[in-house]
Amino acid sequence: MRRTQKDAEDSARSITRRGLLLGGGMTAMVAALGVRMRYLQVDQAEEFKLLAEENRISIELIPPGRGLIQDRNGKLIAGNEQNYRVVITREDAGDVDRVMHRLAGLIPMTAEELDQTLADVKKNAAHVKVVVKDRLDWDDFSKVAINAPALPGVIPEVGLSRIYPRGYDFAHIVGYVGAVSQKDLDEQEDPDPILRLPKFQIGKIGTERWMEKVLRGRAGTRQVEKNAFGRVMRELGREEGVAGGDIRLTIDADLQNFAQARLGSESAAVVVMDVRNGDLLCCASAPSFNPNLFVRGISHTDYASLTENDHRPLANKAVSGAYPPGSTFKMVTALAALDSGAIDLGHKVRCPGYLEFGGRRFHCWSRGGHGTLSLTQSLQKSCDVYYYDIAQKVGIDKMAEMGRRLGLGGRHELPMSAIVPGTMPDRAWKQESYGQDWRIGDTINASIGQGYVLASPLQLAVMTARIASGRAVEPRLVRMIDGKEIAAPEPASLGIDERHLAAMRQGMWDVVNSQAGTARSARIVDPTMILAGKTGTSQVRNISAAERSQGVIRNEQLPWRRRDHALYVGYAPYDNPRYAVAVIIEHGGGGSTVAAPVARDVILAALAGGRPPLAAYPSDQRGRIESMLKDLPLRDPETGALTKSDQA
Amino acid sequence: MAFFENRLKQAPTGIRKVLYLNWQVIVLVTAVSAVGILMLWSVAGGDFNLWARRQAQVFAAGMVLMFMVAMVPVWFWRSMAGIAYLTSFVLLIIVDLYGVVGMGAQRWIDFGPLRLQPSEMMKFSLVLMLAAYYDWLDIRKVSRPLWVLIPVLLTSLPTVLVLMQPNLGTSLMLLMAGAAVMFAAGVSYWYFAAVTGVVVGTVVAVFQSRGTEWQLLHDYQFRRIDTFLDPSADPLGAGYNIIQAKIALGSGGWSGKGFMQGTQSRLNYLPEKQTDFIFSTLAEEFGFVGAFSLLILYALIIGFCMISALQNRDRFSSLLIIGVAANFFFYIAVNLSMVMGMAPVVGVPLPLMSYGGSAMLVILVGFGLMQSAHVHRPR
Repeated sequence: MRRTQKDAEDSARSITRRGLLLGGGMTAMVAALGVRMRYLQVDQAEEFKLLAEENRISIELIPPGRGLIQDRNGKLIAGNEQNYRVVITREDAGDVDRVMHRLAGLIPMTAEELDQTLADVKKNAAHVKVVVKDRLDWDDFSKVAINAPALPGVIPEVGLSRIYPRGYDFAHIVGYVGAVSQKDLDEQEDPDPILRLPKFQIGKIGTERWMEKVLRGRAGTRQVEKNAFGRVMRELGREEGVAGGDIRLTIDADLQNFAQARLGSESAAVVVMDVRNGDLLCCASAPSFNPNLFVRGISHTDYASLTENDHRPLANKAVSGAYPPGSTFKMVTALAALDSGAIDLGHKVRCPGYLEFGGRRFHCWSRGGHGTLSLTQSLQKSCDVYYYDIAQKVGIDKMAEMGRRLGLGGRHELPMSAIVPGTMPDRAWKQESYGQDWRIGDTINASIGQGYVLASPLQLAVMTARIASGRAVEPRLVRMIDGKEIAAPEPASLGIDERHLAAMRQGMWDVVNSQAGTARSARIVDPTMILAGKTGTSQVRNISAAERSQGVIRNEQLPWRRRDHALYVGYAPYDNPRYAVAVIIEHGGGGSTVAAPVARDVILAALAGGRPPLAAYPSDQRGRIESMLKDLPLRDPETGALTKSDQA
Repeated sequence: MAFFENRLKQAPTGIRKVLYLNWQVIVLVTAVSAVGILMLWSVAGGDFNLWARRQAQVFAAGMVLMFMVAMVPVWFWRSMAGIAYLTSFVLLIIVDLYGVVGMGAQRWIDFGPLRLQPSEMMKFSLVLMLAAYYDWLDIRKVSRPLWVLIPVLLTSLPTVLVLMQPNLGTSLMLLMAGAAVMFAAGVSYWYFAAVTGVVVGTVVAVFQSRGTEWQLLHDYQFRRIDTFLDPSADPLGAGYNIIQAKIALGSGGWSGKGFMQGTQSRLNYLPEKQTDFIFSTLAEEFGFVGAFSLLILYALIIGFCMISALQNRDRFSSLLIIGVAANFFFYIAVNLSMVMGMAPVVGVPLPLMSYGGSAMLVILVGFGLMQSAHVHRPR
């Protein structure tokens, strides 16, 4: 509007004044902003730089390859196989439903798996990889790879997973690995962060578990830059981890396989040990199971069939089974008597078929009796009365002491699960365990390895090795770690009179090789491999007086569960002991007829370093043995693949 | 230019008007916009097409628009003030009733390819309207209550409408722009003192009432105010944005991480990195040197505008330029305060830098009006 000159001047003056005020205010504000900028970007810059780095850099673990487990000659027992799997990320897939349905047409997938995966994919953040299918075979895997253009967001991936190529043979020794459970984490003081990686495997039982530290190795780390959504943008740095150490066991895979096959479907165990250094060449327990099932996550029905089997395939009978050793214990009684001076080498006993003691009658297995016997003859014929007699003279405490010197009644530390100490009873033990006094009848029972005496096949093998060598050999399972030999210390002398040991060895030679020996049918005729041994038959039931008077029921007529255990211990060659063997066949019947032939086959295989040589068998048995050996379901010695049908 | 001004005593006409534009402001605006386009290129991770290309196109169109507005005599714009204000006002009502709600609750009306945001239009309409009002009003009546009430209503009605959208940031900007023009027009200091007193008194009363029997707000409302005022109390929720923005800013240090090297923005830790928080990226990549330089550029733009306003002897023109400059300033001040953690987060973009077509156009139209007033000033 038109204004007077004065109004216009007033207006201009007012606006100038107010404008300058406004400008001053604005300037002050700009100054404040500048000061704040300086404070954040100059004074506090270091702190914020650190925060920015923390934001973007995160450290990821690279899982190390698990160490291999090999047999004594380097044959693979536990390895890592490539696990072909297919993963999908939602952000790259676009239409997830369409892609997934297309994928389901290519690889075997149930409708349930499809729904489950779809739900997973939608639940997770868009960039997260979701495993669609694990353990694909190569054909399906390559189908996915070839069709990649039609499957956006689908990535075929290769990971590592444990594989046991000689599954059944080593299930009990080596055990298996599985996904890390909360229990595994709780057991450790400060769990390795790598255990929290998805799909990471940890040793659950056996060597896998007890040598976990060596096998696991050390995780590498990867510094990565991550964006706000957690997606890895690039790798900034990497520190390689250390792969797990390879372990070489003392076991001979071929011998183990032979023993496992030889035991077949029996509920049985066999242990072969090098008498010079304690190397376990074979430690078989039958029936066995497939550890690969456990790695993949065993199904309920498979697991139930293992636990419900009365032959207990999951148990490692070689070290976890404690059995009355029966007559295989007689060397302990005899050595205790000799060592304590209760008897001398010329001691003779007359066996009328029983021993009367304190109004009770203790029977010899031979009803008619053996007549008068020397020490070696008592072993040869396995006369019980002889041992009843000398046991009374020496007493249980001395027997127990000798038993412990020979490796019974105590754990042998090996990287295997559930190793039992067995029982080597004495007065103190009975008082402690039962609160009762030891009675002479207990001694008599113990003298022939019955009653309270319990030993595992491993312990019996140790005992035999110690008698054969005169030295305190300790069993061992690990020969090398990461290519470095584990030194086996020279075993110390047992301190037992060599003449006493020689008498035992003579008796054991007689058992197998003399005309009247109880295991003569299981002898070796090759003069360089002569076998010496002792049979054992341990009762799992009481024989009543009534039954005895009518004639003891033959094993074949009893139900399996009530039959005797068949045992055998032995070593070979007699003149230059190399290997000790212990065999138990649960409810197998007589040690001489059932256990001894197994022991002979296995020790021959050990001595020959392959199949048992037919020429080592008595000529009249060769035909039968040959056909038996031919039918064994053995693995290919190189690949470990089964040449015949699997024993499952 | 002084040469021409001496030769031509009258207002320039025709194409020669171009020579009389305030070229300092044009150069500075272009410079800031160029920096903005560079930053949009950077925050897109080197993808020029994502935001930068469109921003450049809008800028070019806006510049043309600015020249066109500048060429039209300022008295035409004064005569259009009422119509522009009314149109904007009606559109605001329409949009409140029928508009499309989208990102950031900004409401718009869809006209095919053209998206009309009445709240953006209202920004310059209001300034135009108030400048025209005070030009018309006898300056002796400026501080009389009735004549103060009118501009208060002119400002607060659209403010309330925008607040209902709800768009807190823009309504605040309208309020401050209106107040700035009224202040420049000479409304008595007492009004401003009284309003300030009432606002402060209310805030104090509300906070004093907390925990007492006559508590004026519910507890949850107080808690909401708490996080609004101090976002660091809620680092994963409301505070996340501001904390990340401060980290970006601070980690830039003296000279920055380098162009396209800002980890905070490239890795998406920064929220709204292409819009309200674009300054964080600039500060992260170019450091204190870059951020402070930008602040100086802005200060120069405002400074040249204020000089032009004070030198202009036409009351309408002066008030119009002051309004445009104050509006521009408030945007910068509120945005930077927010990004630097000095003020609560309200959705206010950084003018000429933040990605957004209509905001850019409105700002350039505003500068067009300023240029028109500058070119057609009485000589």
